[in-house]
Parts: sequence; structure tokens; C-alpha cells
Amino acid sequence: MTTGSPHLVELRDIHFGYGDRPVLEGVSLQVPRGKVTALMGASGGGKTTVLRLIGGQHRAQSGAVLFEQQDIGRLNKEQLYQARRRMGMLFQFGALFTDMSVFDNVAFPLREHAHLPETMVRDIVLMKLEAVGLRGARDLRPSEISGGMARRVALARAMALDPELMMYDEPFAGLDPISLGTAARLIRQLNDALGLTSIVVSHDLEETFRIADKVVILANGRIAAQGTPEEVRHSTDPLVHQFVSAAPEGPVRFHYPAQDAAQDYGVAKERA
Amino acid sequence: MMNFIARVGGATRAWLADVGHATALFVRLILLAPACLRRFGLVRDHMHFLGNYSLAIISVSGLFVGFVLALQGYNTLQRFGSASALGLLVALSLVRELGPVISALLFTGRAGTSLTAEIGLMKAGEQLSAMEMMAIDPVQRILAPRFWAGVLVMPILGAIFSAVGIIGGWLVGVVMIGVDAGSFWGQMRDGVDVWADVGNGVIKTLVFGFTVSFIALRQGFEAQPTPDGVARATTRTVVMASLTVLALDFVLTALMFKL
Repeated sequence: MTTGSPHLVELRDIHFGYGDRPVLEGVSLQVPRGKVTALMGASGGGKTTVLRLIGGQHRAQSGAVLFEQQDIGRLNKEQLYQARRRMGMLFQFGALFTDMSVFDNVAFPLREHAHLPETMVRDIVLMKLEAVGLRGARDLRPSEISGGMARRVALARAMALDPELMMYDEPFAGLDPISLGTAARLIRQLNDALGLTSIVVSHDLEETFRIADKVVILANGRIAAQGTPEEVRHSTDPLVHQFVSAAPEGPVRFHYPAQDAAQDYGVAKERA
Repeated sequence: MMNFIARVGGATRAWLADVGHATALFVRLILLAPACLRRFGLVRDHMHFLGNYSLAIISVSGLFVGFVLALQGYNTLQRFGSASALGLLVALSLVRELGPVISALLFTGRAGTSLTAEIGLMKAGEQLSAMEMMAIDPVQRILAPRFWAGVLVMPILGAIFSAVGIIGGWLVGVVMIGVDAGSFWGQMRDGVDVWADVGNGVIKTLVFGFTVSFIALRQGFEAQPTPDGVARATTRTVVMASLTVLALDFVLTALMFKL
């Protein structure tokens, strides 16, 4: 059931905040079908929030999040769960179920959703684990595997139901250089081999630029730049330049919003 | 002054919202009973987990409570020459009050805390979020089976507590002190009514099962997803569940035994 739109996901003028703190202030972006879109920006800049809005775990205060032309924010629970079955999400630390083995973790969505005979579940699980190179680790417990492996298991689990959209939340955070390269290559290969659409949230410049078709940079709650990795790399925008060249000073705020410093330190007495 | 009023108003609103959320969750868990029945395997697994592991502490405590009841009961009863009513005293105390209440308190400490910590840590590890993203409702898949397992296992634990307690009373009263076995059991049989005493005791344990399981699960589900938050939630489970059990016991006793 593919509609004519070239974009699988589209955000239109999204405003969102936690409590009084605004996180997204008018974000619009498109995620092209079949491509790897990277969402980059400083930590705490609302990247993960965008994923949670697409997954319907948060609802935007205003604006629309479209997945296959459906407004995620307006779906009822039934429809939202239907939409989520077409999405896979890889959480930052894998979020494996710690009371189950690797095998049972990957089998979990299959057993819950698809009423398949156990032999078929086994075949699918082994295939998914093979794809992430961990078929041999199936009997291990989440506590017995490394962080990088846990994320690969979680990837196999997220793909168990063959989603159309894969979302990766910081897939490279805390990985050693080898695991990092492997993870990046895996994301690209899976996207192309299975015809997925991927959204990668990351702040690892080099790896992300290497695998992404499109890069979106979020800063201060807005889109600072979007385009191909080359276009973004050569952007003249000071904000984007600061990010791409990893400069500590620039338009991106280093300070969390605070009251006037003089007042905070008690230097300036109350003015009459 | 305005500030104070605003604070009171804010606190009241927060409290009302909290009560509302709790009620909504409770109603959802109740309505999920048919879904749990359809996948009874999940409930059974948790009944095994919650019940089996509470069995040791429940039986040992029951035994000692029975011992003490017999000692104290004999001490008082023999002053009035009615030591033969010891069996009745032990059985009524256990079946009506001590069985349900103490087993609920022990269940809180043994199983309630583990429920809160488990759910809280699942939340902290984003496992509940991950489940939601797999289009699986954590309330239905994780909370409801544990809730109903707790509800079902509580009356069984209460019954075991009372039964072991009566055996303890018999050991001390009849075997050790030498009260006549015939009158011990005979008075018990004549004086304990199946519906009024045992039945009401079972109703109490059921109510406590709902209470303790719900409080434990909700505290875990609403916990701040940090080590500190889970620790606080676990403490709150013990405090809230224990106080609620004791308060409810007073209300239930007043209603049931028309004292």
C-alpha cells in the first residue's frame, strides 16, 4: 500500500516542549522513501524527541507528523498501534528485555503479533540474528553481551516484523571504532537490501555523513540546514559551520537558559 | 497570600490528577481480566513467581504467629479456667485478622517490592518504551498478568498462613502445654463459621491482593526512571501498601463483624 508521496514521513511546523522548556520550535522536514536520513545536532537538541513524535510516544503541541499521509498525532490507540507495526525503533542502549535470552528477545514481537508456528518463529529469528552476525549468541542473556552486541540484537528485534521505517536513536554512542564502523555499514546495507526507509539520529559526524543520503541539522529547536552530506559540509551558515567543524563557540548555545549572571551571583542588588 | 492560595490550588490539582490517573489505570487493569484469561500462561508464570517465592516466609511466619498466639492465649484463658477454648481463640484470630493482614504485609515486603523494582527498572531501561514501539501495550502485556497473579495468589497465601498458624497453635497448646486435643479441635469446629469467619477472611485477602498488587505496580510504572527514582518508588510501595492494608482491615472488620 504505497501512496504517491515520495516522503514516507513528513513533519509540518512542529512545536513541542517538555513543561515550560520548548524543544522544537517550528520544525518541518521530509524523510524521503527508501533513503537514509540523518538527524544531527547537539545533545539535548530535540533529535530523539523527533523520533518519539514519529512513533507517537509524544504528541506535538502544534503541527502535524505525517506517516504515509496519516497524522500520527490524531490517530486513536488502535490506529497508532497499526502504524507502529510498520515502524522499527532501535533505542540508544538497545532496551533489550533483561529477563529473556537473545533468542526470546528477537522472537518477542513475532510471538506477540504474528501467530506463527514455533518452528517458523525459530527460522525467522535465526535469519534476523544472522543478518546482524549474532546467530551464535542466541542463547546468551542480555547481561552476558557487550553494549555493541546488545544494540545489534535490538536491531534484529526491531526488524523482526519487517518494518518499512527504521529509526535509530544514537546507534553509534559509546561504541569502539570497529563496532562503530560495523554498525554504520549494517544500517546502510539493511536499508538497501530490504528497501527500508531509515532515520538515524546521531552526532557522530564522520560515520553519519558516510552513510546518509540526506542530512538534517537541528539546532536551537529549529532546522539549521538540510541537504546531501556534501551540501551540508560546505554550508556557509555559521550555525552549521560550527557543528560540522566541531567548534566550541558559535551560535549554538553553550549555556542552558539561566537568569542574568549578575543577579545569580548576587552582584547586582535589587534596583528600586 | 495569593502565592499560598495558588500553591494549595496547584497541590490540590496535582493530587486530583494523580487520583484520576490511578483510577484510570485500576479500571484498565480490571477490564483486562478477559485478556489475561485468554493468555493464562502469563498469569500462571507470575503466580508461580510471586506465590512460590513468598511461600517460605509466609509459612515460617504463620508458624511463629501460631506459637505466640497459643502461648499468650493459654496464659489469659487459663486464668478464667477456659483453656479448652484455646483452639477457638487461635483459629478465629488467624482466620479473621492475623492471617489476611500479616500475609498481606509480608506479601508487600516480599513480592510487592520486587514488582515495583522490576517495573521501575524496565521503565528505566526503556524496555516499556521499546514495547510500546513494537505496538505492544505494556499495561496489557506486563502489568495486567502480574496484577491478576497477585490478586489470585493472595487468598492462597492467606489460607496457608492461617492453616500453618493453627498447626503452630496446636503444637504449642496441645503438644507442649498439654491442652486437651479433643476440646482444642472441637471448640474450634463449633465456634468457627465457614461463611462468617473463613469466608470473610478470604474476602479480606482478596481485597488486600487487589490493593497491594495495584499499589506496587503503579509505583513501578510511575517511578522516575533513575536509580534514585526506583528506590523511592520501592519505599513508597511498602509504606503505602502497608498503611492501606491496615486501614482497609479496620474498615472491613467493622463492616463484616458488625462490632
